[in-house]
Amino acid sequence: MRLWGWACREALQPWRHPTKHMTKYLSPRDIDWTVLLIVLLICGVGVLQIYSATRGTDSPSAWWKQIIYVAGGLFLMWLLMAIDYHSILHYVPVLYIGSVAALVLTYAIGETGYGSKRWIPMGFGVHLQVSEFVKLVIILLVARYLTELRTDELEIREMLKLAGLVLVPTVLVMKQPDLGTSLTYLAVLVAGAFLAGLRWKYVAAIAIITVVVLPISWQFLNEYQKGRIVSFMDPERDPQGKGYQLIQSQIAVGSGGMFGKGVTKGTQTQLRFLPVSYKDFIFSAFAEEHGFVGVTILLSLYFVLVMRIVQNAHTAPDRVGMYLCMGVAALLLFHILVNVGMVAGLMPVTGIPLPFMSFGGSSIWTFFLALGLVNNVRLRRFVN
Amino acid sequence: MTLPPVDSNREHQLSDKPPLRDDTRFAAGKIAVFQYVTVIIFLFLISGFWRLQVQNPEFYGERAQQNSIKSMPIPGPRGRILDRDGRVIVDNHSSFSLLLARESAKDEHLRPIAQGLDLDYGDLLARVQRVRKQPKYVTVTIKDELSPADLAFVDSHHDFFPELVLIQTPRRLYPQNGTLAHVIGYTGEISEQELDAPEFAKYNQGDVVGKFGIEKQYNDTLMGVDGQRQVVVDNRGTVRRTLAIKKAVEGKDLQLTIDLDVQTVAELAMGAKNGSVVALDPRSGEVLAMVSRPTFDPNKFAVRIKTKDWREIADNPEHPMLNRAIQAELAPGSTFKPIVALAGLETGTIDDKWTTRCSGGVALYGRYQRCWEKRGHGTQSLHGGIVHSCDVYFYTLGAKLGIDNLAFYGDLAGFGQITGIDLPHEKSGLMPSEKWKLRTQRTKWYAGETPSVAIGQGALTVTPLQLARAIGGLAVGGKWYQPHMVKKALDQVKVAEWALHPEYVKDVVSGMYGVVNEGGTGVRAALPNLDVCGKTGTAQLASNDYLKASGAGKDMQDNAWFVGFAPRDNPEIVVVALFEHGAHGQFAAAIVRDVIKAHFDKKNRLTQWQQDQTRTVAALGLGLPGGAAAVAPPH
Repeated sequence: MRLWGWACREALQPWRHPTKHMTKYLSPRDIDWTVLLIVLLICGVGVLQIYSATRGTDSPSAWWKQIIYVAGGLFLMWLLMAIDYHSILHYVPVLYIGSVAALVLTYAIGETGYGSKRWIPMGFGVHLQVSEFVKLVIILLVARYLTELRTDELEIREMLKLAGLVLVPTVLVMKQPDLGTSLTYLAVLVAGAFLAGLRWKYVAAIAIITVVVLPISWQFLNEYQKGRIVSFMDPERDPQGKGYQLIQSQIAVGSGGMFGKGVTKGTQTQLRFLPVSYKDFIFSAFAEEHGFVGVTILLSLYFVLVMRIVQNAHTAPDRVGMYLCMGVAALLLFHILVNVGMVAGLMPVTGIPLPFMSFGGSSIWTFFLALGLVNNVRLRRFVN
Repeated sequence: MTLPPVDSNREHQLSDKPPLRDDTRFAAGKIAVFQYVTVIIFLFLISGFWRLQVQNPEFYGERAQQNSIKSMPIPGPRGRILDRDGRVIVDNHSSFSLLLARESAKDEHLRPIAQGLDLDYGDLLARVQRVRKQPKYVTVTIKDELSPADLAFVDSHHDFFPELVLIQTPRRLYPQNGTLAHVIGYTGEISEQELDAPEFAKYNQGDVVGKFGIEKQYNDTLMGVDGQRQVVVDNRGTVRRTLAIKKAVEGKDLQLTIDLDVQTVAELAMGAKNGSVVALDPRSGEVLAMVSRPTFDPNKFAVRIKTKDWREIADNPEHPMLNRAIQAELAPGSTFKPIVALAGLETGTIDDKWTTRCSGGVALYGRYQRCWEKRGHGTQSLHGGIVHSCDVYFYTLGAKLGIDNLAFYGDLAGFGQITGIDLPHEKSGLMPSEKWKLRTQRTKWYAGETPSVAIGQGALTVTPLQLARAIGGLAVGGKWYQPHMVKKALDQVKVAEWALHPEYVKDVVSGMYGVVNEGGTGVRAALPNLDVCGKTGTAQLASNDYLKASGAGKDMQDNAWFVGFAPRDNPEIVVVALFEHGAHGQFAAAIVRDVIKAHFDKKNRLTQWQQDQTRTVAALGLGLPGGAAAVAPPH
C-alpha cells in the first residue's frame, strides 16, 4: 500500500521544466475522486449497454474494445494531470496550427464513414478522429486567449479575433461534413465569451446577426444536413427515410416505459430498428432497456458530473484554470444536451457522441483528457 | 526554448501591460448563471423522457410491436376442380413470384432486370411508377410464375440486384390449349371495385378470388382460409422468432359433372371453328361437356395478366372471353321446328296425318315465303316435314298455331329465360310473343311475323345450352331438368314438368330419327348400332336479299346448328353444336356425332371391363379383396 501511495505521488510530480515554480508535492488525494467515480460508473453503464446492443451483430467485441479505450483514457488523463496546465498553454499556437493541419490532412486523405470524411487511418486498423481532439485545443485556445486579454470585459474586436481563430477548424469540420462536432467548438467559444464578460449589447448584436445569417447559412448546409433539420421539424414526413432515426429512437425510448424492458430485452435495440445503437443512439438503447427510472439516474450522474466540474472552476487558482474547467463543463453540457435531446426527439439529429458512453476511442480519450485538464487545475488549486 | 509567460502573476510589475487581474471571483455570477442553465437543460431533457416514457408508453410500445411483430400469411390453397370421375382438371402448384424491394431499388437497374427476365420494360416501369407515392416498404410484384431460367437469373445476379426478393406462392394450374377455359374461368387478385362491393366484404386486399366461370361461381367453396404466422422480425425483415401460428384451411375440392372424355372429344371436334358444343344428360341436367370457341388461356390470368396479353384478348373481334354456350343469343333456325311440331300436336291444331304441299314456297298474309328447297318438297306430313326440314310445312303450321301457342310452348321448353345453370353471366335469349312486342316496341303483333318464328328465325334467339335443355326435355317426355355443372343429387335439381302426350312425343322423335337415319338433312350424325335422333338448323344472319345486295362474305354466312340425342328411347345424352358461319346444319351434325360416339364408346368400354372383372372373379372362385374394388376402371 505504501508503495502504491508513493508511486501515485511520484507519478503526479511535475516534469522538469524551466518555468516550474511550484514546490508543493502534488497529492493524489486532491484528484476529484467524485468525478472519477461518476465517470467510471457512466463508462460501466456504457460498456454494459454496448454489450447489450452489439450482441449477435458483426461487432460483438465492441464492449471489450470499449474497456480498453477506457483504460487507455485513464492513462492519458493521468499523463495530462502530471503536466502543469500552464506549461500546456504555452504550446497552444503549436497545437492550434497542428490541429488545423491535421484537419486539412483529414480532408485530403480521410476515410469516409457514415457519409462523411472524419477519420485518418493510422495503420493496424486504427482510425483517428482528429476533430474529437481538436475540442481540447479549442478549450485551451479560448482559455489562453481570454486570460491574456487581462480585462473583465470582452471587447467586440477581441471577440471577433477569437471567433475568427475558432472558425477556421469549425469550418474545416463542417466541410467533412460533421455539423455536430463543429458546433461543439462554437459552444466552447460562446461559453468562454460569456464568462469573459461579453457585453449584453454585443450579445444582442450577435443574436440579430445570427438571425439574419441563418437563412443564408441554410444555403451552405449539405443536402443531408438540411434533411435532418426538416425531418426534425416533421419526422413523419419521411418515416422510412430521413425521419427514420428520430422516429425509431422515440419509439425505443417511449416503449421503455417507467422501468424499461430489461437488459438485452429491448426490441428496438436487439432487432436493430434503432440506428447505431452503440454509438450516437446509445442513450436511446439505454432508455429502452432501463426505462424512465434508469434515465433519471443516469442523467443525475451526468448532472453531478457537470456541476462538480463547474465547482472545480470555482476553486481554480487562476483565471486560465477557471476557463479551462468551464470550457470542459460547457463541452460536456453541449454534448449531453444535443445527444440526449436528439434521443428524446427534442433536438435534430446531429451525430455527436454521448460522453463516456458512446463507443469510440477518439471520443472516450478526448473526454478523459478533458477530465485530465480539470484534475490538473484542481491539483494545483492551493498553489499560492 | 523560452516561452512567453502566461502565469505572470509575479512578473506583472515588470510588464508594461495593465496588471493581470487574476482573481477568479469576477466570473462567479456568470458561473452561477451557467449552473442555472445546466439545471434548466437537465430539466428540459428529463421532461422529454417524461413525455415519452411516462405519459405515452403505450403508444410507443404499440409502435415498437408494430415494428417487430409481423403477421405473415400462410396461404390456404384453393380447392381442386375434378371431373365427374374424380380426375383432376384444375390443380395448384407451388410457384415463385419475384418482388422488388423498393428500399434498395435503383431506377437504372430496371432495364437490365426487364431484359434478364424477359419482361416488357415499359410495363415494369409503369408498375413501379404506380406505387411511387406510397411508402418505400410497399413492394412491387414484378413477375409471377418464374421459370427455371428466371430463377437462375435472380440467383446469379443476387449481388448486382439486391432489391429482387423471391417468395413462394401456390398458383392455379389450368388445362392447356384453353380446354374448358370458359367453364372453369380463372382467378385473380381482388380488385378495388370488387372490394367495395358488399358480396366481397369478407375478403381482404390482396386475396386471390375467382373472377370468371366456376372459379367465380363457387369461389366460397373453393377458396381456402389463409392462416397466419406471427413472427418477430428485425429491421431487415429477417425472421428471428415465431410467436404463434394459425393454421391455414384448405379450400374444398369441387366435383363437376363434366366428363373429361366427352369434353376432350368435343374440343377436338370443334377444332379451330368458332362456335359452341353443349352436351347434357337429359335425365338429370348434368352438363357432360361444354365448349366455346375461340378460347383463351386462363393460365395467363393466373394472378396478373400481362398488358399485352390482355389487349390481345380484349381487342379480339371474335370475343374469346364470351362463353358462347350460355352467352351467344342466336336464331336457332330449324332446330326450333321439333318444338313447333310438338305444339301443333299438343294443341290439337294438327295431327300426324295433316299435310301441306310444298312447291318451294307459300303465300301467307300477303307475303310469299320461300322454302330452303327451291324445287319444293311435294306433299309433306309431320314426319316428312321434320325429316326434310320443310319450311313451307312449318310456315303453314306456325300460321295455324298463332304466336300465342308458339310462345307458350317455347316458354315451356325454356326459351326466353335463363336456365339457371351455375355459371355466371348467363344470357336469356328471346322468345317473341304478343306481350313482348307490346312491351318493348309498343306495337301489336302482326300475324305475318309468326311464320318466320315458326322456322326459328325472326326475333327468336336462343343459347346453345337452352336448346340442349329444350330438346333434351322433350326427348325424355316433358321433364326439363335445370342444367348444372357441379354434381348434386337428382332430387335437388330443379325440374320443370309438363304432361306431354307420349304419342305426340313419339311422333316428333320419330321425325328426328328420320333426320339422321332416313336420308334427312342430318345423315352425317348417323352412328352404327345406335339410334341417333337430331335436327339440323341453318340460321340466317340477314335476309337473302340483303346478302345478295351487299355481297358479304363469310361473316354473314349462315350459322350451322345441330341438336342430337341418343338413344331414341330413354335418351342418355343430348348434344348441341353451334358452328358459326358454318353454312349448313349438316356440318354441325358431324360434331354432334363425334361427341355422342365418345359417350357411348366410353360406356361400352366400361361395361366390357366390368364383365371381364366378373368373369375373372367367377373363374377364380374368389371374391375381390375390398381394396381392389376401388381400382379405377380404365378410361
